[in-house]
Amino acid sequence: MTRTHRLALANLWVAVLAFGVASAMALMQALSRANLELPWRSAKLYYLSVTAHGTLTALVFTTFFIMALGYVVAARALDRPLAGERLGWLSFWTALLGTLAVVAAILSGRATVLYTFYPPLKAHPAFYIGATLLIVGSWGWCAVMLRSYRAWRRENLSAPVPLAMHGMLATVIIWLIATVGVAAEVLLLLIPWSLGLTRTVDPLLARTLFWYFGHPLVYFWLLPAYVVWYTVLPKAAGGKLFSDPLARLVFVMFIVLSTPVGFHHQFMDPGISAGWKLFHTVNTLWILFPSFVTAFTVIASLEVAGRMRGATGLFDWIKTLPWGDPLVSSVVLSMLLFAIGGFGGAVNASFGMNAMVHNTAWVQGHFHLTVGSAVALTFMGVAYWLLPKLTGRNLELDLLARVQPYLWFVGMLLFSVSNHVTGLLGMPRRIYDASYGGSAIAESWRALTGLSAVGGLLLFASAGFFMLVMIGTGLAGKKAPQAAVEFAEPLEPPGPRAALFDRLGLWTAVAVVLVIAAYGYPLVRLLAMPRFGSPPFTPF
Amino acid sequence: MNVGLYERIWMWAAAAIIAVFVGVIAVSTFAYAVRPPSHAETIAPAQVLADPRFSPPGVVVDAGGNVEVHVVLLMFAFLPAEIRVPAGRPVTFRVTSADVTHGFQISGTNANTMVLPGYVSQFTYTFEHPGEHLVVCNEYCGLGHHTMQAKVIVEPPAGEAGR
Repeated sequence: MTRTHRLALANLWVAVLAFGVASAMALMQALSRANLELPWRSAKLYYLSVTAHGTLTALVFTTFFIMALGYVVAARALDRPLAGERLGWLSFWTALLGTLAVVAAILSGRATVLYTFYPPLKAHPAFYIGATLLIVGSWGWCAVMLRSYRAWRRENLSAPVPLAMHGMLATVIIWLIATVGVAAEVLLLLIPWSLGLTRTVDPLLARTLFWYFGHPLVYFWLLPAYVVWYTVLPKAAGGKLFSDPLARLVFVMFIVLSTPVGFHHQFMDPGISAGWKLFHTVNTLWILFPSFVTAFTVIASLEVAGRMRGATGLFDWIKTLPWGDPLVSSVVLSMLLFAIGGFGGAVNASFGMNAMVHNTAWVQGHFHLTVGSAVALTFMGVAYWLLPKLTGRNLELDLLARVQPYLWFVGMLLFSVSNHVTGLLGMPRRIYDASYGGSAIAESWRALTGLSAVGGLLLFASAGFFMLVMIGTGLAGKKAPQAAVEFAEPLEPPGPRAALFDRLGLWTAVAVVLVIAAYGYPLVRLLAMPRFGSPPFTPF
Repeated sequence: MNVGLYERIWMWAAAAIIAVFVGVIAVSTFAYAVRPPSHAETIAPAQVLADPRFSPPGVVVDAGGNVEVHVVLLMFAFLPAEIRVPAGRPVTFRVTSADVTHGFQISGTNANTMVLPGYVSQFTYTFEHPGEHLVVCNEYCGLGHHTMQAKVIVEPPAGEAGR
C-alpha cells in the first residue's frame, strides 16, 4: 500500500461510515412521513435525524469521498507522488475533528437546525466551529491538489493536463470560490452570534451568503462524479472516451457558471429584487448545457465500448455492456436517475414555476435524484472499484455489490416520483407528520407517502448491502494483487486548440468577474437597507 | 479542435432547448407579469404585533374595494388562523414573522413565499373558485413545525351571495 493509498483510504472510510449512519437515519424519516406509528417516533428525534442525515450526507460523506478520489486522481493521472502529503494528513485530521464536533452537537440535541442552519435558529457553537474545521480541512486538500498540479506542470511544460485531473482542478476551483460565502456567513455572522458576542443577525444576509455557497456546492459534488463518468466508466465498460475536448469544455463551463446562480434558491425570499433573480435564472438555465453535452459524450462512449465488445446493430451495444460490473451499473443507473432530476431542476430554476414547488416534497424528490443518485450512487460504484485497489483485497460479498445498484434504482424511483407528486399536491418538505389534523388535501397525500416509505425501505436495504460489502471487504477480503487505477483513453488525443480549456487561471478570472456582477450590487443594496437583526431562538 | 457532426448537432439542439426555456420564462415574466414575490420592506420583528401594519392581523378591504390580508407567523401558529377572502378578485397578502424564519404556502396553489423575521413578504393572488384551502408553514421552524396550519376560506363574490 503506497502512502497516497493510505491517505485516500482514511478519507474513504470516514465517507463510508458517515454514509452508513446517514442512511440508517433516513429510514426513520421516510416511515415517519407516512404516519406510521413507530415506538420511538417523536418530533424531537425526527428533526434531529433530518439534521444529522443532511449534514452527514451533504457535507461529510461527499467532502471526504471527494478528497479520497482527488488524491487517487492526482497521484495516478499525474503519475507522481502528491506534493504536500503531510498537509493532506493535517487536513484529514482537521476535517475529522470538525466532523466529530458537528456530530456531537447534533446528537446531543443542541443543533437541530437542519443542514441549512438558517438563523435565527441557533445551534450550539460547536456545530458552527466544527463545520468551519471541516471546510478548513477541505481547503488543505485543495492546496495539496494545486501544489501537486504545479509540481507536475513544472516537469511537463506543454502537455495537456490529464483529463481526470482537469476535472478535479475544476472541482477545487469551484470549491474555493464557493466556500468564501459560507466562511463569511459562519465566521462573521454565526459564530460570534452563537457565542453571544453579537446580539442579532440578519436572516436574509445569512441566507444569501449560504446560497452563494449552496448551489456551487452541488457542482462540487457533481464534478467528481463527472470525472468518473468521463474517465473511469468508459474504461470499465471496455471502451474509450468519445471526445476529450468536449469534456474539458464541460468542466470549464462549470467553473464559469457554478456560482452566479444562487438566487434561484431564494426566488421566494423578500428583499431581493425580481430583476436580479431573473439574471441568476438565465445563468442557471445555461448551466444545463454542459450536462446535456455530458449526456451525449458519455452515452457515445458507452456505444464505443459496446462496439469494441463486438456489437454491430443499432442498439445491441447496450446489451453487450458489462451490466454485472457494479461500477458500470451504478454509474449508468445514476445517469438515468439524473436525467429525470435534471428536468425537475429546470422547473425549480424557472423563475415563475418555482412558486409551485418551492419547499414542497418535490424538492426532496429532486435532490435525491441528483446528489442522492447521480452523486451518491456513482460514489458507491467508485467505492466498489477503488476499495480493492487501495486495500489490496478482493471485494467481499460481491453478489450484494452487483444487486445493490439496481435496488437503489428501484427504491429511488418509488421514493422520488412519489415525492415529486406529493409536492405538486402541496405537501411541504421536512415535516414530521403529514396529517394536518385530517385536512382533505393532506388525505390525498396518504397513498403516495406510503409509496415513498416503500422506496425508503428499498433504499435502506440497498445502503445496507453497500455497507456490508465495504466492511466485509475491509475486514475479511482476500489479499490478492489488484489492477492499478487506470483512466480511459480518448478516441483522439486533444488537439492544440483544446489548450484553451487548460488555461484554468483565465477561466477562474472569468468566473470571479461573473460572481461580482451577479452578487455585487444586490449585496450592496441589501446592506444599505434599514435592517433589523434577529436574536437567537432554539425551539428544539 | 475537431468537433464531429453528431456532436455539433447535439450541441445546437441543447442550446435550442435552453433558448426555448429562457424564451418561455421571458414571455411569462414580461407579457404575463409572472414574478416571484420580491417585495423589499423591513420591520422590527420583536414589535410586529404592535406595528400598525400588522395590528391587528386580518383581512382589510379599503374604500376602493382592494382586499389586503395581513398575516403574522410565529412558533407555531398563523395569526389569524382563518382567512376569509372573496373569489374572483385579486387579494394582496402581506406576511411577516415575529420570531424565526417560516414559510407561507396555500397548499395546492402557487401562493408561496418565504417569511423572514425583519422583512415583509408580499404577493397578490386571485382565487378563481369558492372553497377552502389548507395553509402550511413550509420552512422548518422548530419542533412544532408540522403543526402550523391555517385555512383560507374563499367565499362567493358579494354580488352572488344571495343567488
